[in-house]
Amino acid sequence: MAAAAFQGGLLLLVPLASAKDSCVECHGNMDGTLKAPVTEYTNDIHAQHGFSCADCHGGDRNADDPEAAMSAAKGFKGHIARTAVPALCAHCHSDAALMHRYKPQQRVDQLALYVTSVHGKRLANGDTGVATCVDCHSVHNIREVKDPLSPVYPLKLPETCARCHADAAHMAPYKIATSQFAEYRTSVHWEALSKRGDLSAPNCASCHGNHGATPPQVASVADVCGTCHVLFEEMYNKSPHKPAFAAMGAGGCTVCHSNHAIHKPGIGMLAGAGSVCAQCHEANSGGGAAAAQMAGLLTKLDSALNQSDTVLNRARDSGMEVSEPILRQMEGREDLVKARVAMHEFRVASVAKPVADGLAVAAETRRAGEKALQDRDSRRVGLALSLVTILITMAGLWMAIRSLESKPSAVPKPAGR
Amino acid sequence: MATATRPGSLGSWLDERLGLSALREFAAHKTVPLHSATIWYYFGGITLFLFTIQVLTGVLLLLYYRPSPTEAYESVQFIMTRVQFGWLVRSIHSWSANLMIFTAFVHMFSVVFLHSYRRPREITWLSGLVLLGLALGFGFSGYLLPWNKVSYFATKVGTDMAASVPIAGHQVARLLRGGADVGGATLTRFFGFHVAILPGLTTLLLVVHLGLVQRHGMSSPPWSEGKKLAQMNFFPNFFLRELMAWYAALGVLGSLAALFPWELGEKADPFGSAPAGIRPEWYFLAPFYTLKLIPSHVWRIEGELLGLMGFALLAAWWVLLPFWATNSQGAVRTRWVTGAGVALLAYLVTFSLLGYFR
Repeated sequence: MAAAAFQGGLLLLVPLASAKDSCVECHGNMDGTLKAPVTEYTNDIHAQHGFSCADCHGGDRNADDPEAAMSAAKGFKGHIARTAVPALCAHCHSDAALMHRYKPQQRVDQLALYVTSVHGKRLANGDTGVATCVDCHSVHNIREVKDPLSPVYPLKLPETCARCHADAAHMAPYKIATSQFAEYRTSVHWEALSKRGDLSAPNCASCHGNHGATPPQVASVADVCGTCHVLFEEMYNKSPHKPAFAAMGAGGCTVCHSNHAIHKPGIGMLAGAGSVCAQCHEANSGGGAAAAQMAGLLTKLDSALNQSDTVLNRARDSGMEVSEPILRQMEGREDLVKARVAMHEFRVASVAKPVADGLAVAAETRRAGEKALQDRDSRRVGLALSLVTILITMAGLWMAIRSLESKPSAVPKPAGR
Repeated sequence: MATATRPGSLGSWLDERLGLSALREFAAHKTVPLHSATIWYYFGGITLFLFTIQVLTGVLLLLYYRPSPTEAYESVQFIMTRVQFGWLVRSIHSWSANLMIFTAFVHMFSVVFLHSYRRPREITWLSGLVLLGLALGFGFSGYLLPWNKVSYFATKVGTDMAASVPIAGHQVARLLRGGADVGGATLTRFFGFHVAILPGLTTLLLVVHLGLVQRHGMSSPPWSEGKKLAQMNFFPNFFLRELMAWYAALGVLGSLAALFPWELGEKADPFGSAPAGIRPEWYFLAPFYTLKLIPSHVWRIEGELLGLMGFALLAAWWVLLPFWATNSQGAVRTRWVTGAGVALLAYLVTFSLLGYFR
């Protein structure tokens, strides 16, 4: 009995694409805002799966009479209150059995996460200014996340969040800064996402979560960054900065790299005018000296590798076969990366080891490049000598011909074919 | 010119067994006509010289080359970086291959413009064209042997073209590739073609071609017919000049090899994508660019197929040149042939340049 009722319930929830829809018939003939939902809904993922207006708004889509179609007796809800939106969406999206019919791997915990988010908590307290499902996914034009036209497509998500979070008037009551989006657009993450088209590059949701959106707590910043930057987190956890920053209540990685405006890191962050270390460490302090030493080591390796590159490129451009040292050079570049990662342990000894390995590679590849250039010069000398020999031989042959043809017996004879 | 050998001497002993005096006699009477276009007679000899270089350097490369996808690239890399003068042998082999095809083309067009294909030299012309085809076959098969990225994808494109020929195309492509796609079996086959089948056929045809040249002597242009042209002794006068030309070719070859060593490129990766702007060697550029220009479909016929059919007809027309070049009275249609030669040369040069620069 219960099973039959369950099946019947499911059948009610599964609409028929070819069914009559008086909502579309009437609203399609209207103008302006009353027609807009019908126009927009044609591209909606729900429409493509056969869901109709009545599945959210209630009412009877089979009734031709508007009053009957939109009667409260038929469950017509009309405009959905913002506070009711999450529950309405969750009616289907939290139903694993139903969602399985359309997308077996679709998560069904969106509402559970949403209620833990800052948005969800505020909405529960009656604040209708916060984001609900439709603010991010749109109302009648909901598309799949993988659809490039969806407002939550990775490339579009920052802009979608910024619609509210970059709006000073909207954010004023919450006393939240509105510079995040502008800052994010100067970051390496945005560059990777927008210029390189790397859709796995971090956007707002990668660090804050999507449905359960919450700012990472100070203590957990390194964990959030470490989701992608695993080795950096590992090194940082071993560093003397971890307990120091924790004691200061400072947010780990963001102390040096900032949060939204994360720029391409460089050796200049360790020492020099733009050094972030200098913000806390005096140049003549232990920390300042260590930072300068690490910067020196990294610069030394970078410079040695660049010099080897120059020599190898000259040899390659001269037509010399130097693919092996060029391949080996990549190991030196890897050592530089390792040294930069090790630097996050903030111990000179940890940086010195990969730098020494890299310098050995750079020296080896440079020798190979110089040897190739020497070989090239030797070949050219050999060529010059060979050409001289060839020319002398040709001159000798020419003289032999002249001598031969100066004899009366060798005068060309007439006749032939 | 012939000098009698002293009885009891080594020369006399060899003469009795090898008939050297007959050869000496032949050489003593062999002459080369002297006229304004005599210089073009040297190109056949230069082509032969470059072929000899190919054989010699090819044999040296064989000492180290390994024809398998896992070892081919590395073995060529080894030749170029570890083997004493390996770079020179490989560069000379690659450069002389290109120069040989170039001089073979020059030789062919000189034969056309001097009308040397005419009776009784029709078979000399045919054997020469087959030799040119074999030289192109050498180029196509040898290109894959270093197993680098460019050669791999060029072979893929080339064998795909063969597959588009109706009826037997797929079988021909399969025969060339040794399978459905270019892979290890293709490399082994191409190696076999390059070092055994093609050299064997070339040697045979070369003997026929050179034998016919000796049989019929050097041809004089039609406009000198009836005139008493001055003649140059082949031995030693012409031969010494030819030797000078060979030395000049050696100088050019050595300079190219030393100043522009033949690149090895990146190792082939069958799962990688084809390099951008991939194109074949220069001697296949004209047909390659022509095929690029033909629309994908012309009426109901596939564009590539139509292009290949056009090339087949053009080749047949060119092969049969000695037969259509002569009218029913036996006179050579010199203007027609010269016009056809100029048109073909203009097509090859223009489309090769367009294929290279576009």
